[in-house]
Amino acid sequence: MATTTQTLPKPVSLVVWIAVVALGTFGLAAIALNRGESVDALWFIVAAVCVYAVGYRFYSAFLASKVLALDPTRATPAERFSDGRDFMPTNRWIVFGHHFAAIAGPGPLIGPTLAAQFGYLPGTLWILIGAVLGGCVQDFVSLFCSIRRDGRSLGQMARDELGPIGGAVALIGVMAIMIILIAVLGLVVVNAMRHSPWATSTVAATIPIAVMIGLFMRHLRPGRVLEGTAIGVVLLLAAVFGGGWIADHPTLRAWFDYDAPALALMVILYGFAAAVLPVWLLLAPRDYLSTFMKIGTIVALAVAIVILNPTVQMPALTQFVDGTGPIFGGNVFPFVFITIACGAISGFHSLIASGTTPKLLASERDARFIGYGAMAMESFVAIMAMVAACVLDPGVFFAINSPAGVVGADPATAVATITSWGYPVTVDQMSTLADEMGESTLFARTGGAPSLAVGMASIFSSAFGNSLLSVWYHFAIMFEALFILTTVDAGTRVARFMLQDLLGNVVRPMGRTSWYPSVLICSALVVAGWGYFLYYGTLDPLGGINSLWPLFGIANQMLAAIALCVATTVLVKSGRARYAWVTVLPLGWLVAVTTAAAWEKLFSPDLRVGFLSHANDLSAKLDAGALTGTAATQAPQLIFNDRLDAALTLFFLTTVWVLVVETARICHASLSGRRCPPLSETPHVPTRAAVEG
Amino acid sequence: MVVALRRIWALLREVTGDDAYERYLEHWRVGHAADGTAPLERAAFYREEQRRKWDGVRRCC
Repeated sequence: MATTTQTLPKPVSLVVWIAVVALGTFGLAAIALNRGESVDALWFIVAAVCVYAVGYRFYSAFLASKVLALDPTRATPAERFSDGRDFMPTNRWIVFGHHFAAIAGPGPLIGPTLAAQFGYLPGTLWILIGAVLGGCVQDFVSLFCSIRRDGRSLGQMARDELGPIGGAVALIGVMAIMIILIAVLGLVVVNAMRHSPWATSTVAATIPIAVMIGLFMRHLRPGRVLEGTAIGVVLLLAAVFGGGWIADHPTLRAWFDYDAPALALMVILYGFAAAVLPVWLLLAPRDYLSTFMKIGTIVALAVAIVILNPTVQMPALTQFVDGTGPIFGGNVFPFVFITIACGAISGFHSLIASGTTPKLLASERDARFIGYGAMAMESFVAIMAMVAACVLDPGVFFAINSPAGVVGADPATAVATITSWGYPVTVDQMSTLADEMGESTLFARTGGAPSLAVGMASIFSSAFGNSLLSVWYHFAIMFEALFILTTVDAGTRVARFMLQDLLGNVVRPMGRTSWYPSVLICSALVVAGWGYFLYYGTLDPLGGINSLWPLFGIANQMLAAIALCVATTVLVKSGRARYAWVTVLPLGWLVAVTTAAAWEKLFSPDLRVGFLSHANDLSAKLDAGALTGTAATQAPQLIFNDRLDAALTLFFLTTVWVLVVETARICHASLSGRRCPPLSETPHVPTRAAVEG
Repeated sequence: MVVALRRIWALLREVTGDDAYERYLEHWRVGHAADGTAPLERAAFYREEQRRKWDGVRRCC
């Protein structure tokens, strides 16, 4: 991008950029100022592309040259430690591909879909502004800090720059976020598979397919990634069609028809098995498959939206900005900023940006393209998810996503409730739609995956042929489940390594990552952790998403705050305090958002928002004998859960503030010349390569 | 045309890691051939690669 514009003669370049700014402004105006008329989805794409282009061309250039002062004469860790594997100078497009594939998970698809309950505008604006001024900056500076520190991880950098407290808090924070993330993603898959033999059998088939590819790439054709992937993709498509056949089969369908708690137990069992099996058998081959599926599907979705230009049906703002939304409770501030983490700013990225990526960069200059650029791309995925959710009829959108505990368990009550909000929908409409999608029902499939799949299926089928709606729907479900399960597996493994590391300090042998008893015990502990939240999420009458997704969002933003704290101290200590606003601005916003959201989740009197008020209400009802049947037997557990969620929220809140205070203390000490942990930057080593890379 | 297709194919192989072993051999020839050691076999290299690759945070939300 930058290279082409830089080679243009000055006046031409000026005209081009004025045109981009004008087009972007026009696109944003078309989205934001529209009231009551329908908006074409194309305007979302145009506005987004222009915003990213301007952000990349100007803001990231400012970051690169002035704030971070990228130095192409400095040898990168890839050059200094080149070993042909971990550290290897790599073509920047290739690194971009790897980095993007690693950061783009299911998060940017789910968050915007859930946040569409506020209308399309709050989420869209946050995705665009949050990415350009927050998320891209965070990824870029994290990558930069890691490159200047031999490719060290966020946890190590936090310890070096902020001292032992910062380091410990970062480590525990990462583990906590992992547990919540896996639980909530598991819940999304479970809600998509509940009483759906087609979805369940297709998702189940991905496991033996991955194992077959794993065996193929290990024993038959070692390392032939493309061959293995091609066979795998064909088999996966066959599984989508095969699932349709199973769903129609009178006896086979019963084998794949389960309620949510049963499916949750299966996902838990699967998660444990996947975490203790060798990576080559299941995780690695499935990761290849899901990466190809992900990139292919995202490209196809972008092409389909551009060709088809569907009309956005969701209003710009709904009445649910007041906090009464059916999918999750809470006001638009702060909850839209918590619900959409990935796609706007996601702390998790700082782990990737301080993991594999910094060890591959051939030139320090590439950090801008990879750090800032890949995040802009992920943000674009979030915009497409928002479009896919908002082209649905709002009545249908709410019918799919509202939990039974909010709108009523039987279809007639549910449609009556949703229609009374001003989003007309009928039982007929929903059963026709379910029929077209090859499902028995689409009501109360909370979590975002099914409504996104309906949106994608309608977009795909109108762009690429109208007859296969149900196949497109289950393709979309399979595609999301595929990489959700990859995240479940990979996340469990990472949390296990961290737990082993932690326990190794107490019981020495537990720290040996390959010692089998330690592997089994630590995997079991991690799986039990997320499995607990997942299982009780399926029992929660308000839909577990209502409590788990905000918790995940808060945790993810907390991690982003940690990364920005580290970056801020680095800027201050290296004598660039006058530019520290670059990281302090998103940091301040995140602290405000997470504090407000955590406060609401703790103390709000609204039963669907405040964990404690919900627990107190439930226990009062239980004491008064107002609950009967399963509600009464489950109540003590739900009360305990609420209190546990409250404790976690409090922990996240405390973590953020401890780090912010530490950062402020260290920055102040550095500025006033007092003692503080020194800047841990590696000294300048000149690059051997020609400067022009 | 053929040249362009070949280019695309090479890029695809590089992006997907399909040619990782060839690149490893190249690196070995340049950097380590003088050590008197033998390079890893294809299967052994691939095993080692996978173990290493999944030893950290590789997937995000």
